[in-house]
Amino acid sequence: MKKTFTKVLAVVLALCMVVVCFSACGSKKDGGDSTASDTFKIGSIGPLTGDNAVYGKAVQYGAELAVKEINANGGINGKQVEFRMGDDEADAEKSVNAYNDLKDWGMQILAGTVTTGACLAVVDKTKADNMFQLTPSASGADVIKNDNVFQVCFTDPNQGIASADYIADNNIAKKVAVIYNSADAYSTGIYNTFKSEAAVKGLEIVAAEAFTADTTDFSSQLNAAKNSGAELVFLPIYAAVAASILKQADTMGFKTTFFGCDGLDGILSIENFDAKLAEGTMLLTPFAADAKDEKTQNFVKAYNEAGYDKANLNQFAADAYDMIYVIKAAAEKANVTPDMSVSDICNAMKSAMTQIQVDGVTGLQMQWKATGEVNKAPKAVKIVSGAYVAMD
Amino acid sequence: MVLISNLINGLSLGSIYAVIALGYTMVYGIAKMLNFAHGDVIMVGSYVVFLLTTKAGLNPYLSLVVAMAACTVLGLLIERFAYRPLRGATPLAVLITAIGVSYLFQNLALLIFGSQVKSFSSIFNFPSIKLAGGQIVITDETIITIVVSIIIMIGLTLFVNKTKPGRAMLAVSEDQDAAKLMGVNVNATIALTFAIGSALAAVAGVLLCSTYPTLSPTTGAMPGIKAFVAAVLGGIGSIPGAMIGGLAIGVIEILSRTYISSQLADAIVFAVLIIVLIVKPTGILGKKYIDKV
Repeated sequence: MKKTFTKVLAVVLALCMVVVCFSACGSKKDGGDSTASDTFKIGSIGPLTGDNAVYGKAVQYGAELAVKEINANGGINGKQVEFRMGDDEADAEKSVNAYNDLKDWGMQILAGTVTTGACLAVVDKTKADNMFQLTPSASGADVIKNDNVFQVCFTDPNQGIASADYIADNNIAKKVAVIYNSADAYSTGIYNTFKSEAAVKGLEIVAAEAFTADTTDFSSQLNAAKNSGAELVFLPIYAAVAASILKQADTMGFKTTFFGCDGLDGILSIENFDAKLAEGTMLLTPFAADAKDEKTQNFVKAYNEAGYDKANLNQFAADAYDMIYVIKAAAEKANVTPDMSVSDICNAMKSAMTQIQVDGVTGLQMQWKATGEVNKAPKAVKIVSGAYVAMD
Repeated sequence: MVLISNLINGLSLGSIYAVIALGYTMVYGIAKMLNFAHGDVIMVGSYVVFLLTTKAGLNPYLSLVVAMAACTVLGLLIERFAYRPLRGATPLAVLITAIGVSYLFQNLALLIFGSQVKSFSSIFNFPSIKLAGGQIVITDETIITIVVSIIIMIGLTLFVNKTKPGRAMLAVSEDQDAAKLMGVNVNATIALTFAIGSALAAVAGVLLCSTYPTLSPTTGAMPGIKAFVAAVLGGIGSIPGAMIGGLAIGVIEILSRTYISSQLADAIVFAVLIIVLIVKPTGILGKKYIDKV
């Protein structure tokens, strides 16, 4: 008799819990809609902690700066903008969790994610929700496979092509060795297009050495590059690993020119990193803090005045700053307002993206194809005396 | 020339694995348990040296001594609070606890030190040796690592065989209950083993980070697992076996990366382990009668 009572009680309690759950969700959603009518809620996702935190933090600062400026100047279509960023540690699973959190908050536009791997997990979610997505820096080609996603940065294929073009056109080297991470979509993506463009441009790839996650010893790869007679080592990888590779190359007495893509940006802000190791290293990046053009100088001045960490003043911060202004331009073109549904905003923004032209910090006259790819000219910087210096 | 310089790199990497494997093997041989947190003690030791040298400006060798002391205390605490309460429990429970301790330290490090990779400056500052017109470079880290690992191996062997606490360790490893009846303080002996193993971890951490100069909360994890493979390959519980296993794993890893595939190197290392265990389940120098987990 007592047992039956316990069972009934358990079922009743469980039902109560379910009901409470649903009502809680419902009220949250209602709350979201009611506040959504007077402000735009733009969310972003990126690694605020973890190996790649330097990128996520940069995006956070750049985007916050732009949002602050826009709000001070009357907002988007007369409405104020709220910005919130979730942490994904550059991990796909955590990125989806962060996306769901932001949706609970009432996010209408996703200005993220920062890294390619995590972004690939999120793009299908935004597609299913038909939410407009603009990524500052996720450069994978598959990131824009859905029609609701656009990029501020170049796609990886374009970075590989642009790198090969840059090396060939400026006669930097003829024989090139590549060290890339075969376990990473970003790295292999760039390597593959670099390889085919190198063939077109007459560059000879004399060594192509791969490594996988958790590799600490790069002596074999560096030995192979050294013995191949390469004049330049192409590193389409992220800064943390590159720091280790540069150090080991120095230890074994391998002197050469290193060339990287935007992933190398931020190498100088690794704690205790000896900047001498990176002397002469070139990287393709659309932003150099010392560039003399007005857009860049204004951005750098505003960034410093806002008091953000100087170590994060890199291409990612500039991309994110541009990203918010691109959203503003598209939103004003499409005349969207915060009381529209997420899906309606997305449809209006999608068609507006192909019609706008934005002069940003990372490039003048940025334009977008319906595929989501951006069109702007590549720029390169060189590390001289521990600072990024623009190359012309 | 390429082969020789690859062999040198392999020996250098292998010696680091060997020092880590010595820590594994000591603890396994005496306490009959796998201390999976060993790799993370290495990481803690490296952070201590990093902070003391960069933030406090302490002499690098002095910081190493402090790090060894800190790791010894840490090892004793782990043993006291995580493993001693489980003495007599099933080996599986102890193993799972060890994995738990490992994750605890990784996540604590993430909280305390942050997740950003730090660049570790080598604490050794001697010139490299260049042979054959600069084609072969033997770095000071390589020489020091190899010499240090040999000294530690010989020192441990002498300690275990010639001193009273060392012989107590042997007794405990043979039969804990019998050792207790003969008047050996089993708890103190096992604690001493952990103290020595953890101090070695600090040394291993500094050697690892001086050669491969990046430091993050997961720095010790992968080398820890490879060193465990080395200890099993050499015959877990055997001190010279750990040394041989470590060197073998290091050389196999570097050579297979150079001559077979840079992507498959790790797979080959673990395949070697499987083959050795099939052919000789006790490892190269392992004794037949050792109980396995």
